[in-house]
Amino acid sequence: MTTLQVMFFFFSLITVAGGLYTVIARNLFHAALGLIVSLAGVAALYALLEASFLAAAQVAIYIGAIAILIIFAVMLTRGVTGKNPVKDWWTYTITAIVCLLLLVVLLTTLFRFDWPQTAQAAVPADSIARLGKSLVDPSLYVLPFEVASVLLVAALIGSAYIARDKK
Amino acid sequence: MNVINDPFTWAGNLIAQWLSGFMPPVGVDVTMMVLRAGVLGVFALVMFMVMTWIERKGIARIQDRIGPNVAGPFGLLQPIADGVKALTKEDITPTNADRMVYNTAPILSAAAAMLVFAVIPFGPGLIGADINIGIFYILAVGGLGIIAILMAGWSSNNKYALLGAFRVVAQLVSYEVPHVLSIAAVVMLAGSMSMITIVEKQPVWFILVLPVSAIIVLLSGMAEIGRSPFDLLDAESEIIAGHHIEYSGMKFALFFLGEYVHAYAVSCMVAVLFLGGWSGPNIFGLTVPYLWFFIKSILVFNVMVWARGTLPRLRIDHLMAFNWKFLVPLSLANLVVVAAADRLAQAVGFAVGTWPWALVMLAFNLAMIAVALAMVGATGRRARRATESRAMPEAETHEEEAHGVDAERAPVAVGAH
Amino acid sequence: MVPLSWYLIVAAILFCVGVFGVLARRNAVAILMGIELMLNAVNVNLVAFWRYLEPDKMVGQAFAAFVFIVAAAETAVGLALIISVYRNRETVDVENVDLLKW
Repeated sequence: MTTLQVMFFFFSLITVAGGLYTVIARNLFHAALGLIVSLAGVAALYALLEASFLAAAQVAIYIGAIAILIIFAVMLTRGVTGKNPVKDWWTYTITAIVCLLLLVVLLTTLFRFDWPQTAQAAVPADSIARLGKSLVDPSLYVLPFEVASVLLVAALIGSAYIARDKK
Repeated sequence: MNVINDPFTWAGNLIAQWLSGFMPPVGVDVTMMVLRAGVLGVFALVMFMVMTWIERKGIARIQDRIGPNVAGPFGLLQPIADGVKALTKEDITPTNADRMVYNTAPILSAAAAMLVFAVIPFGPGLIGADINIGIFYILAVGGLGIIAILMAGWSSNNKYALLGAFRVVAQLVSYEVPHVLSIAAVVMLAGSMSMITIVEKQPVWFILVLPVSAIIVLLSGMAEIGRSPFDLLDAESEIIAGHHIEYSGMKFALFFLGEYVHAYAVSCMVAVLFLGGWSGPNIFGLTVPYLWFFIKSILVFNVMVWARGTLPRLRIDHLMAFNWKFLVPLSLANLVVVAAADRLAQAVGFAVGTWPWALVMLAFNLAMIAVALAMVGATGRRARRATESRAMPEAETHEEEAHGVDAERAPVAVGAH
Repeated sequence: MVPLSWYLIVAAILFCVGVFGVLARRNAVAILMGIELMLNAVNVNLVAFWRYLEPDKMVGQAFAAFVFIVAAAETAVGLALIISVYRNRETVDVENVDLLKW
């Protein structure tokens, strides 16, 4: 068991455990904290996969902005009763069985293929510069990049308008 | 390398040699890694003590008093006295507080500040980890500190703590925008996000090449930490300490520690990005890069102390207006102007990193500062004239009826008519 | 070395946990948290494929970056909608806001 494999197990355990806590916790703030742990675990997995820019972007965007948004929404929409209502146990069981079936389907599809055991090539040393260039290259991804910025402006204006105080 | 040039690497090699006498290479590697991380952590904590001393003495001198001088000569043992006081204070936890979140928040706040020191280069080879996304890592770790503040505000079971936490987080998230944009200008010129590359690309210090970026990074860095003049939301006389109302004893000391360690980390970052990192002349023929880095980071911290002692606190709406109406457009304009000036200077034939190139960039930056100040001045003049004309309505309307002049050209001295 | 299939298994498990969160929760914000988990699982898949199959083309990283952007935009708008619903109905329980007109 190499150190890389040990680290992979550790971080994927953190990710899945955080995700499970998110969907099970009764207290919504605790669920948000579980989500943050899960997102940090995913960032660690990106670092293991040598996608360093994406790892830092994951922490900066997801934990530094989206998780804060979610926590704000949890705090602003606290129910008057305090305790969150949950579905009955029968619904829970059926949902759990359905999700397990989905997992089984995904895993059987996955194992049908012969995935490589090791990486085919090394990551180029200037991968970040290449990523930047690919985002502004006319023959590569400049169009999705510009459309993404228009999407963000639309989301900004739209959410500010929808959530404003209408008094 | 000899001892004076690089005592840390020399000591590290000694220890590694001693360890490999009785440990397998894997054990030596792991132990050296743990030792390096420990040294960085201890350095952050020791600098915290030095920073609190500098701050208290500095603010005291600005306010024409002496500052702590009881504990030790010149008050040098005052931080230790503060630590003992914090340890012996009663540790109160409010009822119905969320225990686990309440206890984790100060730890996360202090840890997020200390994580920055892993990528700060103290010398040519003295860096915790030379990752190729150095400066982006610092920005990402800042987000963890914000989560700690939200956790503190929520778990205190106190609506003032919650309100204070909301407002602090709004301020911190808003000031991240000009921070990131101005650092993007530095990354653009240096061509890489790695901290060591940024230092090596500074034969001419970036503060002379990008003064606007430097000012914006320093200002938004101060706002990110939550220091004066941006500390309306957790100052004692305003909202009674905001999100850490309910913390006492060592937990409050951890928040305090987090704030000062973050302040020193921002000073180190500014020193690396704009002041040339570890570059400096040789002292008596010895190269001492770590000493120059130390001097520069303490200098930037002194500028922060100076700002705290001299400037009045900003009101919340002034704070937000300053960010969204001034800093963000200025940093966007800065990015465009710096890119254009860089291309222009290279097209004329000046190579990057030489003095003529730096002078061209400096000229463009100064022009940008002049234009920005002129626009702010014009806006201020217009607002002043509007309030004056509102304050004296009958005199103005008489003038308009009599002379038919439009309001814009109404004379300032009303008594003249 | 970590085989590619391990990363894909982790991503599949995370995705199913997200689906459970979306289907089994009554609070709208909790459902959004499940959606975030699903998006992250997809991203892990994308980056793992990029690393193991075509590391010198930037397609994988660019695709994952676009998924980040879309997730951020969708979370912002979704939370704005939830806050607006809360203001009008005093509840974010999806069992109670299931009629188009009431």
